[in-house]
Amino acid sequence: MDFKTPMFELIKDASTNLPRDVIDIMEEMRAKEEADSNAKSVLGTILDNVDLAKVEQLPICQDTGMIFLDIYYPSGFSTLMMRKEINEAIKEATQANFLRPNAVDVVTGKNTGDNIGNGSPSIYFNEWEKDYFEIRLMLKGGGSENVGIQYKLPDSTLKAGRDLDGVKRCVLEGVFKAQGLGCAPGILGIGIGGDRGGSYYLSKKQLFRKVKDASPDKELAVLEKDILESANKLGIGPMGFGGLTTLLGVKIGTYHRHPATFFVTITYLCWAGRRKIMTLRQDGGYDID
Amino acid sequence: MINLTLPIAEGDIKKLKVGDNVSLTGVMVTARDVAHKYIMEHFIKEEPQGKDKELFDLLYKHLHDGIIYHCGPVVKEDNGKYTFLAAGPTTSIREEPYQTDVIKYFGLRGVIGKGGMGDKTLQGLMDHKAVYLHAIGGAAALIGKSVKEVLGVERLDFGMPEAFWIIRVEDFQCVVTMDSHGNSLHKDMIERSKGELDKLLAQ
Repeated sequence: MDFKTPMFELIKDASTNLPRDVIDIMEEMRAKEEADSNAKSVLGTILDNVDLAKVEQLPICQDTGMIFLDIYYPSGFSTLMMRKEINEAIKEATQANFLRPNAVDVVTGKNTGDNIGNGSPSIYFNEWEKDYFEIRLMLKGGGSENVGIQYKLPDSTLKAGRDLDGVKRCVLEGVFKAQGLGCAPGILGIGIGGDRGGSYYLSKKQLFRKVKDASPDKELAVLEKDILESANKLGIGPMGFGGLTTLLGVKIGTYHRHPATFFVTITYLCWAGRRKIMTLRQDGGYDID
Repeated sequence: MINLTLPIAEGDIKKLKVGDNVSLTGVMVTARDVAHKYIMEHFIKEEPQGKDKELFDLLYKHLHDGIIYHCGPVVKEDNGKYTFLAAGPTTSIREEPYQTDVIKYFGLRGVIGKGGMGDKTLQGLMDHKAVYLHAIGGAAALIGKSVKEVLGVERLDFGMPEAFWIIRVEDFQCVVTMDSHGNSLHKDMIERSKGELDKLLAQ
């Protein structure tokens, strides 16, 4: 089956068309920021840029990021085949300037020019029982990836114990450390538990949730809301120029932890939260949300 | 809005204060991680020779009293003609180890980027009369429109994001967030938000 064409369309859409829920929350926050403030003006420029990118089919941000894919597929399909077609779609999207070439050899410093390299794209394949594919794509810039951070509890300097209050304490410090560097206002994906690598994967996966949804776990839903409100009291604001809008959302997921470990992992998604989910049916039909 | 044309005189830079909105017109050069390291190792630490000397002469022409833009653009190529499609700023703090030396070496009047820079650069801006200008991170399509012409590209072998792109801009809008008098919005914001963080953690 043709994987390449829908993949190309998914990449193009992610690069040029910011998700509606992210636009909506920025419009809402823009209205709340003080008149004539830097924060209001920055959010205005951001929203103008989002419009322009959509109309002219240009990348919203020049940093089209490290390509992250979380794929759910029906039994009986080859991940080798999928990877091959995905790579072809990525090469074409790079040629068409929807992606900037971002895969650099660590030893030689050479850019491959087509976004294909060791570990690039970053793909997680998950077989599931449904009869269709769900392909989750995130184009996440390097600046925002750089401000991600992993804590292990307890942390005595933050008086953070091994409980949800401890989680809140280190996340707030993480947001403080990020300042405007990850292109605030951002969305936090938080993974609690797991091993170190799993906790990062978990935190990134949370970012596919809608900005305004709440965790199905009641205690986590309260924590998400609490962290969002507290972080916005820091006053960092859009681009770190000051203001009410430091974060747009907080999304928390958990894995069971080893008795000796308690990881809290933060992945920071910039305001240009280019994440899209494609439902791809076996007859080739697809929808992108 | 303060309109400035490149190259910029020292006197005009001294007038700029944190918070000023600036519109730039003229020629500037993009340079980010690889380029800064290269300038440091091939120009500053040793006298440039041969091809490096040619590159230095070209860059000096545009950068003396000029501006470096921390940017790794998306550029369309059509029969050797380049067009900037998306060109927002990249995070500047990664150039902190090099920036002051680069400002001094070329006689730069400013750098444009995002996220601000540290104490070493703030001191460099004071010592060499330059400013740090903040563009809106991620507003790449919009900023790309202010790039009217690509005059040339050097060291494209560094890769599209890392090459030196020599560009002519019109009405390139940014905000002064670090001035030549030792003021930094970023430093103030860190102090202010640290106070709020301490309050939240005391609860």
